[in-house]
Amino acid sequence: MKAAVIVFPGINRERDMARTLKLVSGRSPAMVWHADTALPAGIDLAVVPGGFSYGDYLRCGAIAARAPIMDAVRAFAAKGGLVLGVCNGFQILCEAGLLQGVLMRNARLKFICRNVYLRVERSDTPFTRGYNAGQVICVPAAHGEGNYIADADTISRLEGEGRVIFRYTSPDGTCAPEWNFNGATNAIAGIVNARGNVLGMMPHPENHVEAALGPTDGRALFQGLEVHLGRAA
Amino acid sequence: MIPSQPEVTPHLVAEHGLKPDEYDRILKLIGRAPSFTELGIFSAMWNEHCSYKSSKVHLRELPTTGRCVIQGPGENAGVIDIGGGLACVFKMESHNHPSYIEPYQGAATGVGGILRDVFTMGARPIACLNALSFGDPNHPKTRHLVSGVVAGIGGYGNSFGVPTVGGSVRFHSRYDGNILVNAMAVGLAETDKIFYAAASGVGMPIVYLGSKTGRDGIHGATMASAEFGENSEEKRPTVQVGDPFAEKLLLEACLEIMAKGCVVAIQDMGAAGLTCSAVEMGAKGDLGVTLDLDKVPCREDRMTAYEMMLSESQERMLMVLKPEKEAEAEAIFRKWGLDFAVVGETTSTRRFIVRHGGAVMADLPIKELGDEAPLYRRPFVEPAKLPVIDAATIVPPMPIADALETLIGSPDLCSKRWVWEQYDHVILGNTVQRPGGDAAVVRVNDGPTALALTTDVTPRYCEADPFEGGKQAVAEAWRNLTAVGATPLAITDNLNFGNPERPEIMGQFVGCVRGISEACKALDFPIVSGNVSLYNETNGRAILPTPSIGGVGLLADFTGSATLAFKAAGEAILLVGSSQGWLGQSLYLRDICGREEGAPPAVDLAAEKRNGDFVRDLIERKIATAVHDVSDGGLAVAVAEMAMASGIGADLQAAVGTRPTGPSDAAFWFGEDQARYVVTVRENAADDVLDRASTVVVPVRRIGTTGGATLTLPAQRPILVATLRERFENWLPDYMSGGGGGVPQGKG
Repeated sequence: MKAAVIVFPGINRERDMARTLKLVSGRSPAMVWHADTALPAGIDLAVVPGGFSYGDYLRCGAIAARAPIMDAVRAFAAKGGLVLGVCNGFQILCEAGLLQGVLMRNARLKFICRNVYLRVERSDTPFTRGYNAGQVICVPAAHGEGNYIADADTISRLEGEGRVIFRYTSPDGTCAPEWNFNGATNAIAGIVNARGNVLGMMPHPENHVEAALGPTDGRALFQGLEVHLGRAA
Repeated sequence: MIPSQPEVTPHLVAEHGLKPDEYDRILKLIGRAPSFTELGIFSAMWNEHCSYKSSKVHLRELPTTGRCVIQGPGENAGVIDIGGGLACVFKMESHNHPSYIEPYQGAATGVGGILRDVFTMGARPIACLNALSFGDPNHPKTRHLVSGVVAGIGGYGNSFGVPTVGGSVRFHSRYDGNILVNAMAVGLAETDKIFYAAASGVGMPIVYLGSKTGRDGIHGATMASAEFGENSEEKRPTVQVGDPFAEKLLLEACLEIMAKGCVVAIQDMGAAGLTCSAVEMGAKGDLGVTLDLDKVPCREDRMTAYEMMLSESQERMLMVLKPEKEAEAEAIFRKWGLDFAVVGETTSTRRFIVRHGGAVMADLPIKELGDEAPLYRRPFVEPAKLPVIDAATIVPPMPIADALETLIGSPDLCSKRWVWEQYDHVILGNTVQRPGGDAAVVRVNDGPTALALTTDVTPRYCEADPFEGGKQAVAEAWRNLTAVGATPLAITDNLNFGNPERPEIMGQFVGCVRGISEACKALDFPIVSGNVSLYNETNGRAILPTPSIGGVGLLADFTGSATLAFKAAGEAILLVGSSQGWLGQSLYLRDICGREEGAPPAVDLAAEKRNGDFVRDLIERKIATAVHDVSDGGLAVAVAEMAMASGIGADLQAAVGTRPTGPSDAAFWFGEDQARYVVTVRENAADDVLDRASTVVVPVRRIGTTGGATLTLPAQRPILVATLRERFENWLPDYMSGGGGGVPQGKG
């Protein structure tokens, strides 16, 4: 896995992401500055990490989506390159038009940091091959604007095409309002684009990878990518 | 020629918070009347917040040296050696007055200010904590203040990208008009790459970095040095506005130019902004400073010299750079989109000269601005000792089980999840123990070492007996660090009191400082940084004396830290430390019996040390399976917290009431005797631990066994752990949503 992590001013989980990529793949990702216009040659994964790009002023992800490097990310995705956006990264990918929908303020209008349970809806994507379909994983969420929303047509297309990848559920995989802590439509926590090579998700798998610190359910996402990219190479 | 702006009248002098005798001192010092700008500069340097004029003579008593201390008080933050070539840089600071007036921005900029203090020294922040005191839950402003302060702390720290891993929240009517927001930041640096404020070299360029200067926060420090009256909201314009995005950029840019070796000296612009930072750099370096305000990047048009010198706009730094590295440093700042301007230079004259529009607006002796600030030995009276409450005279108003349920769901003891869930506590990927335990544990880089962090104080003890209360605050911090298995290293203190011009308030201050000093000496726990916040009064009513203590400890191996949750059924529950059943100033007496009375528990520092060392040894040898310190609410509450954290119940057997000489049952279960811990060990290890304890003369007794779904106290109805949890978790969310909540029985 040869990854690049995009760094916008105000991004703050790029170190967490880089550390996890190194831990799983043995290789440090390239850190790519927002003002650059090209991704490093030969990368097979572009990651847009979490944080508060440009302070999240104006609208989450809106300014970052228009940064010079994003043209290169769009071109990379158009050629089938894998793009992972986490938290602010998900918001940026939506604003950049790589994913549909938008992330609104959490239902109770508060930033929430807690471990959440996600049901993995599909295991046949490059991002989820480390999991079983229907498996429930525990990863931390930390955001104020993760309430996924889109028009009814988009939602039904996402659902119909199996593009909802992660959903907020109870620990035993049941959808219920009390587990959908940010109020997302259909408890959506993560989606892919039509081609299946761009994933956006709100929670942070990169923060649950070391046994000594607690649950490690996030690790399989990166291990799955490593396996997938190892085979593709 | 100094142009005269508004004429300096006695009224104007008073408006600047300067007393007539202080103004006379200025006249004597400079031999003429100060200009308007100079008056502003003096008021900024000589207010209580910046000069410590009432507290300094007492702060000198505090122990500030020790094996691990690299830098004690006097710099932006304290620095201790944590081994492996690394230093921990930390400090706690108050932002009380602004947070009451504008809770979101007040708290946010409090966090911003303390983070800046830490990274100014070359450290990357790795954790934040806080200590919050709010008014009575029934006071009409309390909800609004809790909501705003918590959102502000989260809003700043989350965006900046530092985990907020711990803290404390309390409610008491004495904070109705003056809440306390104490923020602590902790950072890591290499021991040989610490940066200081003292400038060196004559003719060196002084560089302004960061955000532009606006009119916000003018006179913030002066406001923080006065009491509130009826119209405190009118002071809203003195509150600064925070920009965590700018601060994150400033952090990255500063660390980058420090790593490139560009920096000679650095000082952040906090209280009293440009004035305080420039004077400190010059005075500490024994140099003069000349500033040219025409070069200062301004956000607003036509700012006067007075406004620029007193602005407390946030996210700004002042530096002395190596001249040959200036271009490189500027390029780095431009890359991060930050302002960079050479605004002055160092001189050999020891004068502080401010030019604006071609005129000299201030020309003052720089050392005297700081060193010759008034110093007061204010009169103080020690409060009368309160009687020790005889627990035998307390008639329990309800059964013990009912009292436990009530206390668990009370404002001070309930879960603060509603608060800490609004703080990102997992970012950076090093949080080993999240909020909710005795101390937070944060791994140092990739390990194996970790820092344990806590904030503590029990203001009602300090009010009842400042000396014992001061001791207790330090002892509890030491105990909380010990309870996770850490070796306590050093503390930062944030001393919040009322008006020091009142002898009884000064008596509280002096007593607390003496108590803190005694405990620090006994526990080898030096103070390396701190902050004093006085005048926390409204209409003559002072807060409870609240000397917040921020403690830092070190774990050799983060995987060996202890947590408070029971680990398995069938384990022995042991109580370490002796129990007289001390009910004076206990939460049981206050919240169940409705009496805020008596002397607080005495703190036996030798027993603290002995008992704590015994517990730490049990953790290090992996004999202890769960550990929790016993504090507010006493033993029953401590055991209940261990049960709730795990979902495992307990059967408690200690039938203390049957012994004629022992404390009553209620006093035993709810007494707040100090130097105690609850520890669980495997059943087959219990006898060995008891034997060992008697050999080293540490009082340890068995009080029960873990297991089941209920907590059962002797001769009481069993309480479902799930029921306790519900009460524990629900109070704060219910209260904040405007429903339920309210205050427990017994409290007015």
